[in-house]
Amino acid sequence: MKITRIGGIAALAMVGALALSSCASNETPSGDESSASTLSGTFNGAGSSAQGSAQEAWIAAFQTANPDVTINYDPTGSGAGRATFIAGGSDWAGSDSALSDDELAGTFESCAADSKALDIPTYISPIAVIFNVDGVDELNLDSDTLAKIFKGDITNWNDPAIAALNDGVTFPDLAITAVHRSDDSGTTKNFTDYLGQTAPTVWDQKAADTFPFQSGEGAQGTTGVVDAVTNGSGTIGYADASKAGSLGTAAIKVGDEFVSYTPEAAAAVVADSPLADGRDANDLAFKLDRTTTDPSHYPLVLVSYSIVCQEYADPAKAEFVKAYIGYITSADGQSVAAESAGAAPLSDDLSAKVADAIASIK
Amino acid sequence: MTTGTQAPRVIANSYTAGKLPRWTPWAVLAVALVVSLGAAAIMGSPEGEFNWILGIIGGVVLFVFANWLLSRLVEGARQATNRLITSLVTGAFVLALIPLIWLTLTVVVNGLPTFLNGTFLSQSMRNVVGEGGGALHAIVGTLLITGLAAVISIPVGLMTAIYLVEYGTGRLAKGITFFVDVMTGIPSIVAGLATYAVFALIFGEGVRMGFAGSVALSILMIPVVVRSSEEIIRLVPNELREASYALGVPKWRTIAKVVLPTSIAGITTGIMLSISRVIGETAPLLIVAGFTASMNYNPFSERMMSLPVFVYTQYVSPGTDAQFYFDRSWAGALTLILIVALLNAIARIVSHYFSPKTGR
Amino acid sequence: MTAAPARIAAKKRLGDTLFSGAALAAGTLILVVLAAVAIFLVAQSIPAFLVDPAEIKGSPDSFWSYVGPLVFGTVWAAALALIIAVPIALGISLFISHYAPRRLAQGLGYTIDLLAAVPSVVYGLWGAGVLAPAIQPFYAWLVDNAGWFPLFTPPVSGTGRTILTVAIVLAVMILPIITALCREVFLQTPKLHEEAALALGATRWEMIRMAVLPFGRPGIISAVMLGLGRALGETMAVAMVLSPAVIISFVLTSSQNPTTIPANIALNYPEAHGIGVNVLIATGLILFVITFAVNSVARWAVSLRKEFSGAN
Repeated sequence: MKITRIGGIAALAMVGALALSSCASNETPSGDESSASTLSGTFNGAGSSAQGSAQEAWIAAFQTANPDVTINYDPTGSGAGRATFIAGGSDWAGSDSALSDDELAGTFESCAADSKALDIPTYISPIAVIFNVDGVDELNLDSDTLAKIFKGDITNWNDPAIAALNDGVTFPDLAITAVHRSDDSGTTKNFTDYLGQTAPTVWDQKAADTFPFQSGEGAQGTTGVVDAVTNGSGTIGYADASKAGSLGTAAIKVGDEFVSYTPEAAAAVVADSPLADGRDANDLAFKLDRTTTDPSHYPLVLVSYSIVCQEYADPAKAEFVKAYIGYITSADGQSVAAESAGAAPLSDDLSAKVADAIASIK
Repeated sequence: MTTGTQAPRVIANSYTAGKLPRWTPWAVLAVALVVSLGAAAIMGSPEGEFNWILGIIGGVVLFVFANWLLSRLVEGARQATNRLITSLVTGAFVLALIPLIWLTLTVVVNGLPTFLNGTFLSQSMRNVVGEGGGALHAIVGTLLITGLAAVISIPVGLMTAIYLVEYGTGRLAKGITFFVDVMTGIPSIVAGLATYAVFALIFGEGVRMGFAGSVALSILMIPVVVRSSEEIIRLVPNELREASYALGVPKWRTIAKVVLPTSIAGITTGIMLSISRVIGETAPLLIVAGFTASMNYNPFSERMMSLPVFVYTQYVSPGTDAQFYFDRSWAGALTLILIVALLNAIARIVSHYFSPKTGR
Repeated sequence: MTAAPARIAAKKRLGDTLFSGAALAAGTLILVVLAAVAIFLVAQSIPAFLVDPAEIKGSPDSFWSYVGPLVFGTVWAAALALIIAVPIALGISLFISHYAPRRLAQGLGYTIDLLAAVPSVVYGLWGAGVLAPAIQPFYAWLVDNAGWFPLFTPPVSGTGRTILTVAIVLAVMILPIITALCREVFLQTPKLHEEAALALGATRWEMIRMAVLPFGRPGIISAVMLGLGRALGETMAVAMVLSPAVIISFVLTSSQNPTTIPANIALNYPEAHGIGVNVLIATGLILFVITFAVNSVARWAVSLRKEFSGAN
């Protein structure tokens, strides 16, 4: 009796397992003749979660063109991504900040002996200042006021400093809840870097992944900040511009004008910024110049890099990385990212430099 | 009720004398709700807002008090306390149902349309951007990873519980009991990091595999299995064991044929609880099992997707059409709950077959 | 008892040897696994204790002043969650085991069991997206009307992502765990005890107080410990719901809340590198020690009353 019963259960389990192990209908078996690509294998990257949705789109397009390739990208975070890459655990890393000098001084396990890594900008995204105040649709802010709001010096929407920047808008008597990222993130680093560069008297802290002041509220991740701003009232926060949705976004003061974010204005800042000193000619790590006064620039921008080897120990990986990073920085790849993740395409000038850098990978 | 033939006069029913009729609580509840809602309506009317939540809360509080007072006056202190506790116990249950129903409704309402759209259960996310795609890769991954974790944890956990109750004496048993307790407090992310450290030692840096996820989940799962099974096995009356020994049955057969079947319902609950506990873990799987958009049936190589990671990543890094991602996220959560519901049902049927027929 | 006869040696059976050997092996395996985790934690933590505190995030005076608020937050959030969850869980268990009609009870029990399966991410989504905005007006009302009370000191949080919301979410998460185990334990109460109490004229509550609760006491404590373990170790839900700050504060409704160790690890680990990782793992070790201490106390409490166990 017992044995048949156990057998019955086992059979049931087997049937269930078989039913589930049928292939996913969108995954055609590879090996057909239709593709001209010679690339094959599984390649792994890890790092920045800001790049997550763009990577997803790039991977989808690249795998469609190269059906024998499987690419995985773990959006575990920039720090973890760099650490994994340095330890040789991934083929490339996505990172919201370039390799530090200390990291460059060390060895890279998956690169050929004595070969270092390169930072290649692949993803530029404007950061929007989002707000949710009843009756206010447009908001102009300069960096001093913005810094004071996030530092907790300005606590009410009817503060004269805000009114002075917004002619003709009546602000309610409503407490400001400034929402920042509670997790460490490249978005916070770029946001605080902007405030530190443009409003140094108010924002007396260095740029950091961690929000430096004990003020306002914290929320996890871009989605968390957007949710908190959407669900609260009198809230203001900063988030990747493509995720702002229907929320109001503030225009920030550049020179004498108030500039709303556009992909072009964001890309322009990067293109006009100097490269970091003391690096390989093909290492395109930028020192973003956010103090620009050119109103065609939007200096509140995040640049995310792909970190790759100058020379790979495994030639197959070098071939893949050249093809893949080459694709994502191409005009095609950048427009895919613009469409699916709201990224700002690289400027032509920058694309040329990036292409040179990628060509140098061995 | 039979009355003596010698006494034709009708006497009061002595069993119900001095007691409130059965319908009293309901009547009191109705009156209390009417009064409270009425009060809320009157107080709320100037502002034009009718605060029915406050009304219901007030009504319930009023009921609990009135019911107690009435019983105190008519039935005495002991009955009044009894009624008060009955109200509180029932109230606790209803109170707990509020977030539970609220949560379930949120998941079902947000997840069901995508869950039923046809592609969700038949496709992976490979080469899918924006709309469409599915979670088949994550479902398969979750079943494999959790299945392997259960294969590791249930024998180990159950045998440990048996050791602790039936064999263990002295320091070792005390030590194990204590350290199992400590294990319940390992944060899931630390379990993931520790597992990663061990696997990285063996397979090199950057290792990601489904099996590593199973090991990390086992660390979280074993203490739950041990703790719950131990409590339940301990409750099996000694008379049963002694009766079995007296019939000359060896100890191991006594355990396998008497102790375990007697406690099978409770053990099943404990095991299902432990599976439920780990099947929704995100943090360790993100670290050791990784993230992928493609199918992977081999838990011993390469990245493997799981439903919690799917839910988390769809929520955390949506593309421009964020709504599709959030919908998939909720549908993934719904799938996870349904999987556990199914496992629960199967486990109940199995334990029903194996457990001795008692009055329960 | 008469004088003890000569001791009879039981025959050693192969089955017994194998079975007890397997049981012992399983128990030992747990110790090995735990030792491995402990070694990992200690080895990775040592640099954090030796490092110059200036290199730790936020440049605290010492490692301990970094950990202090986290320890406080972890214990505070878990304690609040238990205060909310335990009475309700006991109520539900009793309702299912002794109050509800039998047919209904089983179904209700399974429904609540299922809620243990809701992934913590979903609790996080629900807590941050649904519960927090819904409960914020209540907090505002509380702070307006009871702001003099130290737990509700103004200003109020604008989004409702406070430690109290976290405690409610945690309470809902651990409710099914405590309930499931307590229910099973209550159902195991010997029928004779219950009927004896009722036959003596006890009301239902008196029967529960005199027969069910004493019998179930060790089980209740075990259940609460399991719940506490989850509350202490819960990562994602806390990370998603809480608005954290480095602070020691008992205020339940403000924007500045002490955060918990696991949530802090989850929030900071992705971007951590170098010594930062060691510091985070060291906080994990501290949590380990906290659990250790809490469990010692609980074990001690159970051992005070052993006589009701069936297998003593």
